[in-house]
Amino acid sequence: MKLPNFEYLAPSSPAEVVALLAAHPGEAKIIAGGQSLLPTMAFRLAQPAYLVDLRNVEGMNRIVIDDSGVRLGARTRWRDIEDDARLATAHPLLKEAITHVAHYQVRNRGTVGGSLAHADPAAEMPCIAATCEAELTLLGPEGERRMKAADFFLGPLTTALSDDEMILEVRLPRWPAQRRWAFLEFARRPGDFALGGVALYYDLDAENRACNTHIGVVGACYYSKRLPIAESALDGKRVDAETARAVARAASEEADPTSDFHASAEYRKSLVGTLLERALVTAAQRTS
Amino acid sequence: MNIAFELNGKPVEAEVPARTTLADCIRHHLMQTGTHVGCEHGVCGACTVIVDGDAVRSCLMLAAQASGAKVTTVEGLTPAEGLSALQESFRKHHALQCGFCTPGFLTTAHALLTQEPNADKERIRHVLSGNLCRCTGYINIIEAVCDARSAYAKSDPESR
Ligand SMILES: Cc1cc2nc3c(=O)[nH]c(=O)nc-3n(C[C@H](O)[C@H](O)[C@H](O)COP(=O)(O)OP(=O)(O)OC[C@H]3O[C@@H](n4cnc5c(N)ncnc54)[C@H](O)[C@@H]3O)c2cc1C
Ligand code: FES
Ligand code: FES
Repeated sequence: MKLPNFEYLAPSSPAEVVALLAAHPGEAKIIAGGQSLLPTMAFRLAQPAYLVDLRNVEGMNRIVIDDSGVRLGARTRWRDIEDDARLATAHPLLKEAITHVAHYQVRNRGTVGGSLAHADPAAEMPCIAATCEAELTLLGPEGERRMKAADFFLGPLTTALSDDEMILEVRLPRWPAQRRWAFLEFARRPGDFALGGVALYYDLDAENRACNTHIGVVGACYYSKRLPIAESALDGKRVDAETARAVARAASEEADPTSDFHASAEYRKSLVGTLLERALVTAAQRTS
Repeated sequence: MNIAFELNGKPVEAEVPARTTLADCIRHHLMQTGTHVGCEHGVCGACTVIVDGDAVRSCLMLAAQASGAKVTTVEGLTPAEGLSALQESFRKHHALQCGFCTPGFLTTAHALLTQEPNADKERIRHVLSGNLCRCTGYINIIEAVCDARSAYAKSDPESR
């Protein structure tokens, strides 16, 4: 369907963006890549009176890598992450997860900030942000605030972002070279939203036991979050076949997917278990 | 609103409502109907055009977002006489039947092979998975794109 009517605004600084959002409370929406917003508008699920485009805002698409970790500007595209060779060591989990996002043409437009704000529990970036304890920098009329991903995602397509706030960047904590990790998902066709997926990392203690375990899921949770019960099933254990099965079972029980047109909740729960068991094998075999 | 960009090498201008997508601007205002519109919400790839070198879905981009950009459509891939090497390859391999999806496949494949002339078959399959074809069964399209690679290995990307 054709899009509903709106007024198009294209300011050139973050301060002007939030001023425009504040001037039209609840009626203005940011557009970044438009790859989620425009379909939503075509279906009349959203009909904002004003669209505030980020295209003229400079400097929001940088990938900065330093001792504190990786910082992604909100307007960083999937394509930019794919093309940045540094991320293979600076954040391999991010790089791998993003290879699964959408199709070629969508990847040339879709952005990190748009995906985080859209907060689809079936999307990869919110999963990575939640799993890796990312911190978001938000800008509103009163200035900047920082927020942990765990406080940001509140429900499907629901976040702690106010109507007059924007995401400036997301920071992923530093990634140690020795870390064990895996990202696996299953979709009927590459680039489609996954029926289910898992993100996993852990470190090894002096006795070669798993510690600092982080597990997140894609498409099999009510909103993007970690699975603390499954994580504690791995912490302190050696990663062998038996442990992998137990952790996978715990994750399968802990996941809280809904049934939809594409797959039932039971199927998705079972898929999470299967994928996590395989992910644990992959992670254990990975040598740095 | 007034929008100006470069379409297939020529400067163009259009007076369009803000809600106009790039696809509709190209088809209805600039009367270049080679770009097809199928789903209008980003799933079929029929509307693919090339913006500043990157393949994008023109139904998921506002015309306003293309202002100042270089836009290439299927018309822009076609030489004044005859067909391009990619188009010849589609003909040779029977990579189209009704032809509705073809402009989207041609623009996608052209952008890919221009940026990655050495793309292997797996990469080509992966990239083309974002375009739907109801007729061919895809095999011949993949063959055609694989076969056209040699033409891109030599061509100068600036000469588009
Ligand atoms: C066919 C298709 C398949 C797809 N498959 C996948 C997939 O497999 N996995 C996946 O993760 N995604 C998928 N997507 C979605 C895609 O990745 C989107 O690009 C992404 O979710 C949104 O990014 P965007 O820049 O396009 O945001 P937009 O569509 O521009 O905006 C989305 C929302 O975020 C808000 N917003 C944007 N930027 C900011 C900001 N800086 N601050 C605050 N709010 C902001 C907007 O107001 C809007 O509400 C798919 C999309 C399509 C069309
Ligand atoms: S018409 Fe644009 S993707 Fe289908
Ligand atoms: S040739 Fe008919 S849809 Fe592809």
